[in-house]
Amino acid sequence: MLEIGLPHYLSVAAILFSVGIFGIFLNRKNVIIILMSIELILLAVNINLVAFSVHLQDLTGQIFAMLVLTVAAAEAAIGLAIIVVYFRNRGTIAVEDINLMKG
Amino acid sequence: MIIQAISFYLFGFVAVAAAVMVISARNPVHSVLFLILTFFNAAGLFVLIGAEFIAMILVVVYVGAVAVLFLFVVMMLDISFAEMRQGFLQYLPIGGLVGIVLLAELLMIGSSWIIAPATEDLRSFPAPPIEQITNTHAIGMILYTDYIYLFQGAGMVLLVAMVGAIVLTLRARPGVRKQKISEQINRHPEDAIEIKKIQPGSGI
Repeated sequence: MLEIGLPHYLSVAAILFSVGIFGIFLNRKNVIIILMSIELILLAVNINLVAFSVHLQDLTGQIFAMLVLTVAAAEAAIGLAIIVVYFRNRGTIAVEDINLMKG
Repeated sequence: MIIQAISFYLFGFVAVAAAVMVISARNPVHSVLFLILTFFNAAGLFVLIGAEFIAMILVVVYVGAVAVLFLFVVMMLDISFAEMRQGFLQYLPIGGLVGIVLLAELLMIGSSWIIAPATEDLRSFPAPPIEQITNTHAIGMILYTDYIYLFQGAGMVLLVAMVGAIVLTLRARPGVRKQKISEQINRHPEDAIEIKKIQPGSGI
């Protein structure tokens, strides 16, 4: 209990990941909250990578955590840009109204 | 050791609680602020485990860039977020079920695996002992040499994302008087002024 090791970090990451998934289900109408949930999921992945990297004494995991961070930043920028453009054209960002492509 | 445990539980608990508030806050601005709190506490966890560089990058990139971007977009869009809350309770059971099942599965996996003994030999870049080389120094030594292509690739990803975001949101609005330097330079005296011969005493 007091000895903090790999399982503790994996538990925190698992809880954060589940909260992210839960958030996507819970906020089905708000695209911005869905994007934030995706950020939470990527944060959980980063915690996993870093925890294993430190536990196994291998720096590769931390390099990959930085790459995940890069992709998360790029994804947030592009996603928010798409949201802004969509709002400018349609006046709404509710998920059920985004049905132009009938997908 | 006890301080490490207390810090871990503090950071972990606040991070999870803030993450729950991110998805359940009524106001999206509050969601963004709780997201920032989550990132700060995750950075604290990283410092605690000994990955200082990733922790600082997390603060700089997420708090300094991504969260501010979210805040900017949330405040810029004029949306009735109260309407978007409808259906919140409708999705609560199925979402809660999926979340709890996923969490149970992850924890089950987490409690039952072991690390193979051969893993020690498979390490590609063993971390040097912290007494000799700091975490940041060690990352720098492999990031710019062995992982230079991945590093450059990450830079290209960011460049493409930046260009894409600008191209997506840039618009040429009609009716805006902008300075067009090329047109100014290309003006000739013949186009701009007209010379008239005026007879003395007769007006134009």
